[in-house]
Amino acid sequence: MNIALIIIFAFLLLSFYSGIRAQRGKDMNMEQWTVGGRGFGSIFIFLLVAGEIYTTFTFLGGSGWAYSKGAPSYYVLSYISLAYVISYWLLPPIWRYAKEHKLVSQSDFFVSKYNSPILGILVAAVGVIAIIPYLVLQFKGLGIIVSEASYGSISPAAAIWIGVIAVTIYVMISGIHGSAWTAAIKDIMIFFVVVFLGLYLPFHYYGGIQPMFEAVQASNPGFLTFPEEGLSISWYISTVLVTVFGFYMWPHTFGSVFSAKNANVFRKNTIMLPLYTLMLLFVFFVGFTAILQVPGLKGADGDLSLLRLSLQTFDPWVVGIIGAAGLLTALVPGSMLLMTGATLLAKNVYKVMAPHTSDAQIARIAKWLVPVISLISLYFAMSGGDTLVTLLLMGYSLVTQLFPALLFSLPAKPWVNKYGAFAGILCGVSTVAYVTIFQVTIATMFPNWPAVVKDLNIGVVALLVNIVVMFTVTFLTKNLFALNRHAANTEGTPTL
Amino acid sequence: MGQIEQTGGSRMKARDWLGVLPFIGMLGGIPFVNRVEPYVLGMPFVLFWIVLWVVLTSVIMAFLNKIDPATKEDSQ
Repeated sequence: MNIALIIIFAFLLLSFYSGIRAQRGKDMNMEQWTVGGRGFGSIFIFLLVAGEIYTTFTFLGGSGWAYSKGAPSYYVLSYISLAYVISYWLLPPIWRYAKEHKLVSQSDFFVSKYNSPILGILVAAVGVIAIIPYLVLQFKGLGIIVSEASYGSISPAAAIWIGVIAVTIYVMISGIHGSAWTAAIKDIMIFFVVVFLGLYLPFHYYGGIQPMFEAVQASNPGFLTFPEEGLSISWYISTVLVTVFGFYMWPHTFGSVFSAKNANVFRKNTIMLPLYTLMLLFVFFVGFTAILQVPGLKGADGDLSLLRLSLQTFDPWVVGIIGAAGLLTALVPGSMLLMTGATLLAKNVYKVMAPHTSDAQIARIAKWLVPVISLISLYFAMSGGDTLVTLLLMGYSLVTQLFPALLFSLPAKPWVNKYGAFAGILCGVSTVAYVTIFQVTIATMFPNWPAVVKDLNIGVVALLVNIVVMFTVTFLTKNLFALNRHAANTEGTPTL
Repeated sequence: MGQIEQTGGSRMKARDWLGVLPFIGMLGGIPFVNRVEPYVLGMPFVLFWIVLWVVLTSVIMAFLNKIDPATKEDSQ
């Protein structure tokens, strides 16, 4: 065991310890375990939201994409900032409604707004399915960190196992309080590590940021701007929009909204959170520096660029600190994802099917679902060869399908009914599934169309299908049930 | 965009249109700035443009927080 691994494991133990301490003396009922008793102010919410966003994806995936794709990686900077802008208007009404109705999960929100537990099951299912690729991403990241920091003595497969076990134990002992405290440690560490690497590496190898970019431009002309085709400007704009709409649709992000103390917490956070995304800039600097220093990482191996460059540059103890920061970026979001997935399945699927289950039993079932979800994700983490960005975008196109139904439920008189919402989400998600499984893009369907259309994110198409179906079904069922109600007064016997 | 803002308050106010500015800058502006030269603060121009708009977004949101009466009502 080298010094790098010792440092990483020391941080792992520290986060276990803070998780256990954070929950001691608190009665962990369902509301405590999941939404922290609805008492978090701006700073805690800031840490939670930031904690979820700055995941191992940011750390390894962000630098990996800068390394392998160049300018298109900037989309990450844009979508996060713009999502915060939307939150100013989107989150206060959600929070207010959730508080009035004592909701603890995203699925609860849809159940309550549309008065349909079946819609709740669909929303929970979409959430859990979308969480899987996001969890796979965290586990893969953990695997990369542990195996790289071991200088090859731990195989990537064994490293993924270690990561999965660590995250699972962590969630089972702590719930959200542990996450918030470890998030604090993690955010301080990742900030310093990323800024240090982003400045030190380009200065060390090139004498500055601009000389580094000039060297990249000289060896790969066109790499630092959006290309004419493929990951073009049209791809950039459509991808940013799809991910902006999906941003708060992640069940864990939606759930952390509920833990705020008041609605103003979100408005205040829109000032600082965009600036915080600038941290990504330094991650990109690392990826761009790695292009000419550790060349030859192909495909999914691009995600290794940050650690490979660090291994080549620093002593093992520095690698240990970088690895420990990376570990925390996977542990915090990974634990939130796991906890949310388990809660959704227990409360919004199991309880709907077995309504007489007590809350204590539901809480116990949720805890035991944690390792189950871990193992499913572990399976996919071992099998797939996708880059971290591909996994993230797949999850995003799924959760984004929940956005129209949420948006149209916010006005005092919802624009669509539960039948429309159900059909719309189902068709949107099916479109995403079809496209993912058969690897379809607009370009493969319509090869002769102009690049501006061909490069659009396919999530846009799924979103359009979703909205059209939603309004059509709402329109049809409204008339149909209005007739039925007159005839037989069947109100109160919902078929959905 | 329009729909989101309408649902936040009772009606869409002029100040709510401030929220559209970051979208115009960060997305609509890109076709006009997709180039490497000139470097600003060491960054290729298109990257600098996006970074500039991240900072402007923060400024816009700070201004909005200052003038929006909702921020006073809800914090009690």
